[in-house]
Amino acid sequence: MAKINFNSGKVEMLHGSGGKASSDLIEQLFLPLLDNPWLQQQNDQAAFDLPPGRLVMATDAHVVSPLFFPGGDIGSLAVHGTVNDLAMAGARPAYLSAAFILEEGYPLADLKRLVESMAAASKKAGVPIVTGDTKVVEKGKGDGVFITTSGVGVLPEGVHLSGDLARPGDQLLVSGYLGDHGVTLLSLRENLGFESEIQSDSQALHELVEVMLQAAPGLRCLRDPTRGGLATSLNELARQSGVGMLINEDQLPLRPAVKAACEFLGLDPLYSANEGKLVAICPAEEAEALLAAMQAHPQGEDAAIIGEVVEDDRHLVQMKTSFGGQRIVDWLQGDQLPRIC
Amino acid sequence: MKYVDEFRDGDKARQLAARILEEVDPERSYRLMEFCGGHTHAFFRYGLTDLLPPQIELVHGPGCPVCVLPIARLDMAIELARREEVILCTYGDMLRVPASGRVSLLKAKSEGAQVVMVYSPLDCLELARQNPDKEVVFFAIGFETTTPPTALLVRETAEAGLENLSIFCNHVLTPAAMHGILAGDTPLGLDGFIGPAHVSTVIGSQAYEPFAREYGYPVVIAGFEPLDLLQAILQLVHQLNQGRAEVENEFTRAVTREGNLKARQLCDDIFTLRDSFEWRGLGSLPESALCLKPEWAHLDTEKRFSFQAGASRENKACECPSVLRGLTKPHECKLFGNPCTPENPLGSCMVSSEGACAAYYSYGRHQLPQKADILAVGN
Repeated sequence: MAKINFNSGKVEMLHGSGGKASSDLIEQLFLPLLDNPWLQQQNDQAAFDLPPGRLVMATDAHVVSPLFFPGGDIGSLAVHGTVNDLAMAGARPAYLSAAFILEEGYPLADLKRLVESMAAASKKAGVPIVTGDTKVVEKGKGDGVFITTSGVGVLPEGVHLSGDLARPGDQLLVSGYLGDHGVTLLSLRENLGFESEIQSDSQALHELVEVMLQAAPGLRCLRDPTRGGLATSLNELARQSGVGMLINEDQLPLRPAVKAACEFLGLDPLYSANEGKLVAICPAEEAEALLAAMQAHPQGEDAAIIGEVVEDDRHLVQMKTSFGGQRIVDWLQGDQLPRIC
Repeated sequence: MKYVDEFRDGDKARQLAARILEEVDPERSYRLMEFCGGHTHAFFRYGLTDLLPPQIELVHGPGCPVCVLPIARLDMAIELARREEVILCTYGDMLRVPASGRVSLLKAKSEGAQVVMVYSPLDCLELARQNPDKEVVFFAIGFETTTPPTALLVRETAEAGLENLSIFCNHVLTPAAMHGILAGDTPLGLDGFIGPAHVSTVIGSQAYEPFAREYGYPVVIAGFEPLDLLQAILQLVHQLNQGRAEVENEFTRAVTREGNLKARQLCDDIFTLRDSFEWRGLGSLPESALCLKPEWAHLDTEKRFSFQAGASRENKACECPSVLRGLTKPHECKLFGNPCTPENPLGSCMVSSEGACAAYYSYGRHQLPQKADILAVGN
């Protein structure tokens, strides 16, 4: 076996060829770091048992620039993304798969850091990565590393969460500060040169969800407001359920630093991505108990009730502003663009 | 002082709104033009229009950089971007504006043109260094706010001796647009102006003195925060009630009478006035735009490339020109909401985060007396 140089080596086309070099990469990088009995069998698939209940499956393709950012990297993000997609159904995430698309010339030292971070995130979440694949594309045809993860989880008996279950009178909750991930990335990405202490909020939420399901058995739906932010998630849910939403600007948890950065760039934090937050909709009579349970959990300590579901056959999301005015919080059109003037 | 929350204090806003209500003469109306699209958006984004008495009517001005650029100039930029050797750089808002045949820079990009969104014009320097075989063009647009950064790019390009970088200059001047509006054939019946925020940090409050002196309009320069706007309206109402017409500066934390002398000097070094320039909506206005001085001609895209002037085609039903003059409200346009939406814009005013139509659609369409179909979700 040729020893791979993880200090100065680079990804080569051979690493994705399926031949000896691919096998070396698996044996020296993926197996030892992501270590678990299924991977060790070195089959092209994993066979496992699952506890009883309905199966839930989710997949998420991860592309992010830059690949490393304060609070995480594409490795941990790829784990959290799929774990959270499963958790939003109320499922207990069980197993993950990971597919890597690597760009020729990418430093192996950085790849190793990413896989280490992935391993740490998977271990912390208690969800092993049991099968995977690696391909290499020519230099210039990728953006360093793309990672797609898929996962399966099991839905406990009696849990039924779905975006079409919101009813007028239901309460809207979020699990913490909004917009951190998006603003962190933007501040790094565009050479904007402003310094901030904002970190990505990337984290797995399934343990919080478990607590929430106990506190509010009538929970209607959960969603993680990733790309497009809170505004986009609420618009999706309003359309799915055929209702309107009314949120209160004063109740939105926003860090002063995020607000300031958005102000500086002419962006709106309501459209900024989150990678470790959720929106919950529950019947009004369960809202206080749900809020208390969330705030007692480390991943929900800044949770807040932000508004309510209302009747509206136009399915608009509206916001009461701090001034007593009211305006639409619309779908995001294309990318958020900073104002010019 | 953190400069965000202080200017969004709900209690103070309600106090100001109450004072406006007290001050307003119920027997008359106050037609106030907010020049900047940034102001228009702030009014809607914070729901301030709900707080104003019916006597106050806001007339939306042309202060939206991408909106006032005529289609012919955008057509030229797209033609440039499609050339094999060109990388065209510009600000994000410009990318989605539809030109002739509804082609935008973003569409041209998807068809293979090299178009790069930049936050700062100086990003073009690095791009030019990295691509010595390409011609990098900065598509410079905007009012006085974005002019100094372009001037800096011209100077640094020259200093670096970069031969593959040029500037396609489309910078325009705010006072000229205000003259254009006031000198137009259709009287707008305006009573006063909410003066530009960021533009005024550069040109200073003195630039508006002729409008008070010669035309007799009060001007109050206001920041983009909600309390700024309410305070400015209060000051305007106050002046009008007293029969005064003066330039007042509400935005003292950023604007002085002289403006930013360093930036103005830099611009004077680099740019000179064009005899006239075509504005979307306002037509051809004398001495209303800038081009590079002769000593910088080697960096002027218009001198470096020859253009094939094709016929530019506006969508005839699009009311952007009239919206930009303050003659038509966005929702009075036949296209508003259906088929023209921010997702599928037919006119520039529906694109930008500073365009009046986008503000009406995105924040305020629930309150418009309009055809039901524009309220449908995500159409």
